[in-house]
Amino acid sequence: MTPNLHLWLIPVLPLIGAAINGLLGRRFSRQTLTAVALTFCGAAFAMALWIAARFSALNLPHVEMLASWIRAGDFQADFAFYLDQLSLIMLLVVTGVGFVIHVYSVGYMWEEGGYYRFFSYLNLFMFFMLTLVLANNYLLMFIGWEGVGLASYLLIGFYFLRDSAASAGKKAFIVNRMGDFGFLIALFLLIKHFGSLNFEQVFQSVQPMRPETAGAGLLTAIGLLLMVGAAGKSAQLPLYVWLPDAMEGPTPVSALIHAATMVTGGVYMVARSHTIFERAPIALTVVAIVGTLTALFAATIGICQTDIKKVLAYSTISQLGYMFMACGVGAFSMGIFHLMTHAFFKGLLFLAAGSVIHAVGGEQDMRRMGGLRTKIPWTFWTMTAATFAIAGFPPFAGFFSKDAILWQAYSSPYGSWIYWLIGVFTAFLTSFYMFRQWFLTFFGEYRGAQEHGEHSAAHSQGHGGIHESPKIMLVPLVILAVLSVCGGWIGSQRFDRFLSPVFSATAPANPATPAPESKSEASSETVFTVISVGAALLGFLLAWQLYHRRPQLPQEIAHALGSFYQAVLNKYYVDELYAALFVKPLVDGSAKLLWHGIDEDMIDATLNNSAAGAREVSDTMRHMQSGNLRSYAGWIAAGAAVVIAYMVWMGTR
Amino acid sequence: MVPLSYYLVLGGILFACGVTGFLIKRNIITIFMSIELMLNGVNLSFVAFAAQWKALSGQVFVFFVMVVAAAEAAVGLAIIIAVYRTRETLNVDRVNLLKL
Repeated sequence: MTPNLHLWLIPVLPLIGAAINGLLGRRFSRQTLTAVALTFCGAAFAMALWIAARFSALNLPHVEMLASWIRAGDFQADFAFYLDQLSLIMLLVVTGVGFVIHVYSVGYMWEEGGYYRFFSYLNLFMFFMLTLVLANNYLLMFIGWEGVGLASYLLIGFYFLRDSAASAGKKAFIVNRMGDFGFLIALFLLIKHFGSLNFEQVFQSVQPMRPETAGAGLLTAIGLLLMVGAAGKSAQLPLYVWLPDAMEGPTPVSALIHAATMVTGGVYMVARSHTIFERAPIALTVVAIVGTLTALFAATIGICQTDIKKVLAYSTISQLGYMFMACGVGAFSMGIFHLMTHAFFKGLLFLAAGSVIHAVGGEQDMRRMGGLRTKIPWTFWTMTAATFAIAGFPPFAGFFSKDAILWQAYSSPYGSWIYWLIGVFTAFLTSFYMFRQWFLTFFGEYRGAQEHGEHSAAHSQGHGGIHESPKIMLVPLVILAVLSVCGGWIGSQRFDRFLSPVFSATAPANPATPAPESKSEASSETVFTVISVGAALLGFLLAWQLYHRRPQLPQEIAHALGSFYQAVLNKYYVDELYAALFVKPLVDGSAKLLWHGIDEDMIDATLNNSAAGAREVSDTMRHMQSGNLRSYAGWIAAGAAVVIAYMVWMGTR
Repeated sequence: MVPLSYYLVLGGILFACGVTGFLIKRNIITIFMSIELMLNGVNLSFVAFAAQWKALSGQVFVFFVMVVAAAEAAVGLAIIIAVYRTRETLNVDRVNLLKL
């Protein structure tokens, strides 16, 4: 018998925290607010750990029915939670990293206004994210999915007095709606054809179906639409444009929502729907291609960014591309593995970047940093760990997951050497731009202004100059640094075995697909590993050469590249393209057609013209009533004449 | 014997003259006389019909009309004299105090 796990408490605890802080927090002191926020978030983490500790005793997958929600005919969707290996890992990542970032935020946001609002939103986000990963049907998942979008919107626009922050929030929300449109249609298709949104029921109906190798069919359509949703949430081509702008939010938000957890929701959703994707090879190929292209595309943009957070934003998009690449070649567990290690090192990178920004008094431009290595050693060393991890150096966490993805991209039955080649090249780019950032920030001479203005006074609690962050910010950095170093030591094999009950059990019985061939020899895997590490090393050396030894060289290269460099610097003009292609026609169209055409010329005009007509008619009538007796008599005579004429005419007819 | 239609045409002409006079004249006394003309046009058709159908009621009506017209003339002339005394004009277009 499976013990009662009270899974529902995990999402609800942060919700209580959000409610207390959000409704009453205005009157609380900062200490009380902190205590409330951390207690409820920490309690969720503790529950997740408690469940993980009892893991071996559990009978997975474990379904916990909380309450009945919608019952309409045969269709049924409940408030019910679903725990298996996959959601357990997501649970631990979300609550663990989430809690660490909550702690960090206490230090980071201490001086900021709207402290209660911030923690209320953050807890609200935790609630929705946990709903997303624990849901046992697509509809409940969709609630979490929309909810994290809401929390993301609120937190991007946290500094809502700043125009750019407000519009960045709107942009994120609107772009995500486009993805949700696809997701929703996929849900409708599922209801139409399987009569259910429950994971177990849907997958049971899908399981006996044959893979749609011959041509696109229902499952392919569902898969592609789900991918549209995932592309919106996880910032993939062509819907990635909101994520770089989302950096307008406070840095802990960027770390939690826009790096570690929310944006990986799309990957989780694709992995959760693996039963569908495995039977829709075309959709799977699209996932892989989108992921691969996004990885490459975002990495190239990342090279030219000068804002420390924007580099990390593009890097996040690129790493999410890797995860989709893994899912697209059928290696779902590797995608989740990278999701986990990425949550560690990218969360850390953002927090460390926040610490750097904090240290230099709000400056985000890397061109005005430099030489910070000795001044903020803790930040430097933790960020170093994260940088090496994302670049893929052994034995850091990123190495294991990225190497596993690249190997799968080549060797899996869905894989191809093209994915692998682009993946390795992207790994080289990743290493290059991350070390570029590392060198620009921490090495060389300090290039910022010597005097910090009032901004630093606001930020650094009185003592001016570059300074290390308080302990409450450093402890999370250290925790995540340890995870970034050790997080990959589980090894991809063991991780794969751990997740195999989720992913392998439902693999399609398809004799047409050849079994994984002898490509997976141990020796060739080693060769591939050496190549990917070599790519990382090359990136490091190039960055070292360009940004440490000969800092003038990049400008000369940029000059030599000319317009291509300009294109990359301006993010390939994608924002401008979207503005010209979609935003402007939409705005113009609604202005011309809907506003001027329909609203003004039809709706308003009907009212205005009928009023004007009535006025004109009555204006004429008014003159008839002159008060002049003889004109009345004239009207009477005329009327009588008309009546007489009529009667005569009737009589003679 | 003179046919009925002759009387009716004559009555119609008288009535039309009265209406025209009423509408185009400005002097109150002329208007008053036009009204009398219309009444008499009607009276003529009354007596014509009464003679045609050998019925008395038409002739009785004519007496009634003449009595009412005489009373009206007495009251109307008194009003006209009063108007002339206060306003020193008999032009109806000038007598417009009640008009807004």
